[in-house]
Amino acid sequence: MTTAAARGPVALVLHQARFDLRSFLRNRQARFFTLALPLLFMVIFNGVFGNNVVGPGTMKASAYYVPGIAALGVIAASFVNLVISITAQREGGILKRRRVTPVPASVLVGGRALTAVGVSLVVVAGLLGFGRVVYGVKLPTSALPGIAFTAIVGSITFCVLAYAISTAIQNEDAAQPTVMAIMLPLYFISGIFIPNINLPAWLRHVASVFPVQHLAAGFRHAYVPGAHGAGIVWSDIGVLAIWAAIGLAVALRRFSWLPKTASG
Amino acid sequence: MDTVVSVRGLHKRYGQFEAVAGIDLEIQRGEIFAFLGPNGAGKTTTVEILEGFRTRTEGEVSVLGVDPANGDAAWRDRVGAVLQESNAEPGLTVRESLQLYSGYYREPRDIDETIALVGLQEKADTMAPQLSGGQRRRLDVALALIGDPELIFLDEPTTGFDPSARRTAWHVIEGLRQLGKTVFLTTHYMDEAEELADRIAVIAGGRIVAEGTPGTLGGRNRMASTIRFSFPEGTGADDLPPELRALVAGEDGKVTLTSDTPLAHVGTLAEWARARGIDLPDLDVRRPTLEDVYLELTEGPA
Repeated sequence: MTTAAARGPVALVLHQARFDLRSFLRNRQARFFTLALPLLFMVIFNGVFGNNVVGPGTMKASAYYVPGIAALGVIAASFVNLVISITAQREGGILKRRRVTPVPASVLVGGRALTAVGVSLVVVAGLLGFGRVVYGVKLPTSALPGIAFTAIVGSITFCVLAYAISTAIQNEDAAQPTVMAIMLPLYFISGIFIPNINLPAWLRHVASVFPVQHLAAGFRHAYVPGAHGAGIVWSDIGVLAIWAAIGLAVALRRFSWLPKTASG
Repeated sequence: MDTVVSVRGLHKRYGQFEAVAGIDLEIQRGEIFAFLGPNGAGKTTTVEILEGFRTRTEGEVSVLGVDPANGDAAWRDRVGAVLQESNAEPGLTVRESLQLYSGYYREPRDIDETIALVGLQEKADTMAPQLSGGQRRRLDVALALIGDPELIFLDEPTTGFDPSARRTAWHVIEGLRQLGKTVFLTTHYMDEAEELADRIAVIAGGRIVAEGTPGTLGGRNRMASTIRFSFPEGTGADDLPPELRALVAGEDGKVTLTSDTPLAHVGTLAEWARARGIDLPDLDVRRPTLEDVYLELTEGPA
């Protein structure tokens, strides 16, 4: 039998992603935070605020929350899940052991990213489908490619940021609280939990610097019929790309495969 | 002979601290080489330089003819390593872990055969994180072997094991010899080095303080043996023949003689005792253990 390594880098990335996905699906905690929690948020926020009207127009809050929570789903699948798992694998010596083998670093990262993108697409599809069926929030078919594209760009961006942030985390116990400390405030100011039209202007400006708001806005704009063609909002994609570039620079400079708490 | 690992004048400095202070090593194909030393002596630093994880400050290093600092995928195909601390692959069974790693190599070993080699047949479908410490370590050995490497690094493979798990691990390591692998074993257990190694180097304070076979390390074969026994009621050191009295090194309830020719001296002692009609039931003759040699070597300069 020819091995994945012998069939070339693409086969090797697929090989890695297959096992990463299997490992993810068997992890109850990862499943909860990635699959169940976004759905729970969707039900709670729509249940409490769904029939309110957002802003001066006639937009129903549910139409606001569905794409916003979809953004949270992408972040859960790419960022939250990855930071925790990369840190644990690094400190547990698993990354180091893999690096003793001939597998290239790019394959290990690529496998994880591919898994995250795949899971993100499934989560987004599930959340938007749920929003369509349960809350009647309709998505124009023409915007589907845009939604998918935004989800992929968002997922890759948050993957890269996960690798970058993990370099600042000392051990796996600190991973979960660090992720929450970063993401919870951003969820509140970026139009995920609260429509950001209700926020003071300065706070909206702060939010607009960070990628969370742009991922949510990217999804939301796709719902506005005809406004954005294929549903891609280039200014939002642009901000995400800048964050991806920053994350990549940090990760390339600082990411290490060795445990931080190494013994001598 | 075919040299697999060659190290000359290796130094590793962290600021003012010299973790490795100029060591030379030479390991031949098929050898089980033990690198023995206390914690913090520079063992893991040296191994990590040889594995390509750490850069060196100074010196020449060649592993399978390649400088590990430039080790590429083709080189990693030929090297395996069991790291000092590595958790199991999360969410994968024993067999799946090996399937994952086997995909990294161009010509891996057979998965079931490798599982059998480390004695994990019955655990093949168990989730890797649920294995016991000893079983997990054997899975680590299997993961290091799956690429069919020529050289395997084992960094403290039995630390924290109970005696029976250590025996099993030793058995697995012995099996590597049968496969013709070259093994670089790091350990701080004397008995482990003695049991497994063809050759031992002792490192202390970043320097190699002794090198040799388990039998000759540190002049062990030339060191004096000790003869110990208790005097029966009514006899004492003064009653011994002068030849033996000259050997008395100490009395602490028992008397200790040191002897370069233990057989002859025990003979004299036996004649003396028989002539007096006494027995020496707690007579004990000991050649220096590797532990004695090791302690002498590592306590001095460190």
